[in-house]
Amino acid sequence: MLAKRIIPCLDIKDGVTVKGINFEGLRNVGDPVELAARYAAEGADELVCLDISATIEGRKTFATLVERIAEVIDIPFTVGGGIASVEDAGRLLLAGADKVSVNSAAVRRPELIDEIASRYGSQFIVAAIDAKRMGGKWVVTTHSGSRPTDRELFSWAGETVDRGAGEILFTSMDNDGTGSGYPCETYAALSEMLPVPVIASGGAGSVEDIAEVLTSGHADAALAASIFHYGRIGIGELKAALAAKGIPIRTMTDNTIKSRYHDSI
Amino acid sequence: MKTAIIDYGTGNLRSVENALKRLNAGYVITSDASVIRSAGRVILPGVGEASTAMEKLCETGLDKLIPSLTQPVLGICIGMQLMCEYSEEGDTRCLGIFRTAVRRLGGDSRDKRQDMGTTGGTGLKIPEMGWNSIRCVSPESGKQHGKMGDRRMRSPLFDGIPDESHVYYVHSFAPDICADTIAITEYGRPFSAALGRGNFFGTQFHPEKSGSIGQRLLANFLES
Repeated sequence: MLAKRIIPCLDIKDGVTVKGINFEGLRNVGDPVELAARYAAEGADELVCLDISATIEGRKTFATLVERIAEVIDIPFTVGGGIASVEDAGRLLLAGADKVSVNSAAVRRPELIDEIASRYGSQFIVAAIDAKRMGGKWVVTTHSGSRPTDRELFSWAGETVDRGAGEILFTSMDNDGTGSGYPCETYAALSEMLPVPVIASGGAGSVEDIAEVLTSGHADAALAASIFHYGRIGIGELKAALAAKGIPIRTMTDNTIKSRYHDSI
Repeated sequence: MKTAIIDYGTGNLRSVENALKRLNAGYVITSDASVIRSAGRVILPGVGEASTAMEKLCETGLDKLIPSLTQPVLGICIGMQLMCEYSEEGDTRCLGIFRTAVRRLGGDSRDKRQDMGTTGGTGLKIPEMGWNSIRCVSPESGKQHGKMGDRRMRSPLFDGIPDESHVYYVHSFAPDICADTIAITEYGRPFSAALGRGNFFGTQFHPEKSGSIGQRLLANFLES
């Protein structure tokens, strides 16, 4: 049975991991390569790294960092932040990314998704969508939630899939970084509408929140940052708790085997 | 002796390369027939679409070379699919090493989408993306091992890897179960998670992205 995925996310600014509340008030939470390796060893099912640098120097640092992280982790690696062209995506692929996520640039120019998908395949592109509730509907926002657009969550999500996105990463900007839980009904509706996996992001405060979005929210994966960075719960502990609730999870017993080959050298 | 990672222009070899680095294994990335022939082991990776990938193998004569290799050969994902007889993807005649055909998971994606609208999200999502569990079977018999199964019948590729271990998949097509099946995964239907015949092995999943289980499998292959 396909397991539900637990995905830690590192927001990287100028080479260091940061995490804020509602994308603001950033705090340095550690060395990204160390964190990545630690999360992979603890049983993370995938790793996402988002570049939130605003400068060209920061972007260069990020590309080098992607390379260093790809060398140390043996799980799927998704990279995003500031990807605006097929060339940007290609550079990150060469650096070792298994997937790229696109966000604001795709809202501005949706063809970006078609271009990346036709060049590298749908499995390589994740559409990240930030939205907040405004006047009774989910309005897609860009630039870390600061700019509302004229797009609505469900129609935009459908369009990204039609254009070739292989996964949807939906973050509720009302909940991100607050630990207040996920909007599960919205996730369930999104997951039922779309033929591709949906990753829930933003708002996890407890094991129960994550369990809920993976069950009643029908999400295929849960992405979180603060809950892991600040040590509120370990990944192994979280996965054991989810497995105990009967949720299909890749458990840590899988990770206890030592390599004979490794031992012999 | 080094392991040759075959580069036939279908994309990213980086993750396989990084996995071999983590195992401290010597490797060379190449499309050169003489380098491949003299390598200790050969890995045929692959991402992308089957008919295009097969065309690339044919352009360089690798379609003749690969089936004639006598050292251990491991195909990964599309690489393994190309080692089967046929793939539904692009209606592609493949190398014919493994005696099976590669078929699409689930139904047509458009149908699936409509179907999901009416079944309340119980439909399969295609591609299968994520971690799924494997069960080893005896080659030839296709029978599942019991808990006390005869370990001698288990493929050496899965040495030290327990049944129900999770491995990482990203795929829309998969090989049918056949006499060469050495491990099975279910997604909508059971399919060949891994194939083995003589010196040839293949995995539909990505061992280079499958954590310590995948690392163990690659180590087993490097020792085979």
